Amino acid sequence: MRIGVVTFPGSLDDGDAARAARIAGAEAVRLWHGDPDLHGVDAVVLPGGFSYGDYLRCGAIARFAPVMESIIDAARGGLPVLGICNGFQVLCEAHLLPGALTRNQHLHFRNRDQWLKVEATNTAWTNGFTPGQEILIPVKNGEGCFVADTKTLDALEAEGRVIARYINGNPNGSQRDIAGITNEAGNVVGIMPHPEHAVEALTGPSLDGLGFFTSVLRSLATDGQLAGGQQ
Amino acid sequence: MARVVVDVMLKPEILDPQGQAVANALPRLGVTDVSSVRIGRRIEIDFTGEPDLDRAREIADKLLANPVIEDFEIRVESAAAEVA
Repeated sequence: MRIGVVTFPGSLDDGDAARAARIAGAEAVRLWHGDPDLHGVDAVVLPGGFSYGDYLRCGAIARFAPVMESIIDAARGGLPVLGICNGFQVLCEAHLLPGALTRNQHLHFRNRDQWLKVEATNTAWTNGFTPGQEILIPVKNGEGCFVADTKTLDALEAEGRVIARYINGNPNGSQRDIAGITNEAGNVVGIMPHPEHAVEALTGPSLDGLGFFTSVLRSLATDGQLAGGQQ
Repeated sequence: MARVVVDVMLKPEILDPQGQAVANALPRLGVTDVSSVRIGRRIEIDFTGEPDLDRAREIADKLLANPVIEDFEIRVESAAAEVA
């Protein structure tokens, strides 16, 4: 199965995301921001970093990259898409996910290992976890404070679309401790902390991040919805 | 030159930690009668021809402001104001 990883100008974690996909057992396919061709990938990861220098707002310019036009269409058609950190910001700017990510409430960049509690496990990217499972993955952001109006927050909770919440301390002031959410269909997931940095004992605080990548492989195998990539 | 100015501000209900940090620094300047500071962004768009407010509104709505967290106002800037 082929997992595409997009590189925007200013992406930082595309290499680690591709590596995580390979460790999970997928073929990693590098996608370029200026190329609208998705090269037949079965899923897409939008990695962390500072696309287009975070100019204007984080993710605001990346949302209009040629590759994003294709990803937005494909995501509406069910393609699994995971946005990590800056990728989450891009998904919100593209209106594939509700809400927005704003400056950390305390104004400091936060870089630490962070405990999360997984909630929704019926998504393409979290089906390998158990509800309530506590996982440890790195968080590193300056603008990770998730905000939305009360109605949107209530709807996310009522529809079971919060995929993970911060526990043992909220690193950025996100409303209701939300670390990640999904869309109605469960194929698009955004998460602020970095699962791709927790896939190997040598470099990560745990192997918990691997679950996101193995989840999508399982979901693709179950659904039989391969987009044409080789298995 | 045909210039349209777009002012983008966080919606009133969205916390502005940058503005708060500035407000908290004001007493160090001896300023004690300020209750709130909020920070926004001013964007100047120069059209090659006549200023097109509808186009500018579309640009602001799609790209310059995020309607989830921000409001914007647009206006045509007069030549006289440009000098100032």
